[in-house]
Amino acid sequence: MASALINVPAKAKRGDIIEIKTLMSHIMETGYRRTATGEIIPRDIITSFSCRYNGAEIFRADLFPATAANPFITFSTIATDSGKFDFEWIGDNGFSEIASASITVE
Amino acid sequence: MKSTPAIAAAMLLVATVIAVPLFATEIPQAQRRSGYSFMTPDTQAMQNDDTANPGMLGVLDGEALWKKKTGALNKACADCHNDAQASMHGVAARYPAFDPTLGRPVTLEQRVNLCRVRHQQATPLPYESRDLLALTAFVARQSRGVPIETGADPQLAPFVAKGHDLFMQRQGQLNLGCTNCHDDNWDKHLAGSAITQAQPTGYPLYRLEWQSLGSLERRLRACMTGIRAQPFDYGAPELVELELYLMTRARGMPVETPAVRP
Repeated sequence: MASALINVPAKAKRGDIIEIKTLMSHIMETGYRRTATGEIIPRDIITSFSCRYNGAEIFRADLFPATAANPFITFSTIATDSGKFDFEWIGDNGFSEIASASITVE
Repeated sequence: MKSTPAIAAAMLLVATVIAVPLFATEIPQAQRRSGYSFMTPDTQAMQNDDTANPGMLGVLDGEALWKKKTGALNKACADCHNDAQASMHGVAARYPAFDPTLGRPVTLEQRVNLCRVRHQQATPLPYESRDLLALTAFVARQSRGVPIETGADPQLAPFVAKGHDLFMQRQGQLNLGCTNCHDDNWDKHLAGSAITQAQPTGYPLYRLEWQSLGSLERRLRACMTGIRAQPFDYGAPELVELELYLMTRARGMPVETPAVRP
């Protein structure tokens, strides 16, 4: 039951620097912890995040076991054209989630 | 031996004088503060922004579960309660509430499970499970901003009193009662962390240390471990009574669910 929260301004002026905030639901199990009986809890993390703006990749990040649960990633870009942001998270055990948000640039 | 009553009276007087400062002082209404006000501006900003507050992920999950059909009767919460925004508004501000069938107070988590058993014929969800926290957070979210009014039901009075007694009771190897920190020393720090007033305004809440949502019972159990006492089991009547007392103590303060705490 994965869910994402995306915060992209609905409107911006051409050339404005806009902030994009993303929050993805994920346990980010490090693979270093053990159960009460001593067995290792297998690693289960998001390994890659990317954002495309009208098809062109504008941001990418690799994630590692030290990242806390529910990764909150924010970055900024320049509003060039109206259109769509596509977000993608890829991780262990076939984890793959997408989300999108649109923006109107005047 | 004719002076004995006089000595006894004098000793009683001395005992009274000594004992008075040992009684904990309750926090005056005007000085009550939510745990929110003890946090750094960064953590406050995280709670304020619904797209940055990780507790909202639980609320989203809870919204999906609210509409999901389950149990032998194949009914969803929404089939009886319809739109939670209307039907659940202010509900969390009244919990723990008295359950006439059980004859004792139940927490919001227990109410969700009672509803599952009685009206959906589904198995109860385990305490602190993702689904139970999500559903509770979703229900409690509908009361955000509503002043807490727990304890208005007179049937709850004996249970509130028991919770109050437990709050004042010294326990554990460190021999501390809740009151010793949360009434008497809430303006101080313990190893760099603020000692707060123990006003449970935002449960279930997202605790950064836990990296997940957690219930008030989890918080209370962690506190008991901290004073090296044996924590009560989840759902134990003592924990419910303590939760009930804490909520009546916070009466009038607005619900913040899902809050963020460090």
